[in-house]
Amino acid sequence: MSDFVYVTYIYTTPQKVWDAITRPEFAHRYWMHTNVSDWKKGSRWEHQHGDGSGRVLIDGTVLESDPPRRLAMTWSRPDHSKEPSRVSFDIAELGDGLVCLTVTHDRLEQDPAMAASISGGWPKVLSNLKSLLETGKVENLWLAKGKE
Amino acid sequence: MDAVFRALADPSRRELLDRLFARNGQTLNDLCDGLEMSRQAVTKHLGILEEANLVAVQWRGREKLHYLNPVPIFDIADRWIGKFERGRLRALNDLKKNLEREEK
Repeated sequence: MSDFVYVTYIYTTPQKVWDAITRPEFAHRYWMHTNVSDWKKGSRWEHQHGDGSGRVLIDGTVLESDPPRRLAMTWSRPDHSKEPSRVSFDIAELGDGLVCLTVTHDRLEQDPAMAASISGGWPKVLSNLKSLLETGKVENLWLAKGKE
Repeated sequence: MDAVFRALADPSRRELLDRLFARNGQTLNDLCDGLEMSRQAVTKHLGILEEANLVAVQWRGREKLHYLNPVPIFDIADRWIGKFERGRLRALNDLKKNLEREEK
């Protein structure tokens, strides 16, 4: 099984989590890179480098869009040299101001190198997102790692 | 954060995390396979790991699959590791791994 499931609990609202994923100026603050699309089912989306060049790191198609509860999309290398994998965001309100965000990344069987690279990335993205939404700042962006 | 440290303080629970790291998305039966622990003990340990959010669970039909969720460990690292230290710590960790490999 080469699927990954990541969960974080954040004191915030579902709408803020949705915005953090889908709005480039927001994503840039904790993800470094941005996600660009009109987020309608069937639309194209792009994961663009945060340096402002617009360089596409990942692209795909929006499979499901139910703001602010669920977003699913295909996740492809821009050269489409491998079968795309799939990413789903599930945003659940638990009450008392607590939101559970689950990121599922599956269909990675055809691309082990992608599986290896995302397994380091998602925990950091989610940890940074929690930090930003709860404290208004992010301690560690990717600065020290020097790449990605 | 207390729950995370409590969960990690037990070697059996760390072993379960190691097994999920090696192969993600296992059922209780998969996880019990080849372990000294009783099924009951594994169930109890998984409950504590879930409580600490170190294990995430998804249902696929009637199968309950367990996934390693390292997000809380990143939260801990972010609390005490500053952005300028991270690169140096990684370098030291690489050095340690290389030296230990040479000794073997």
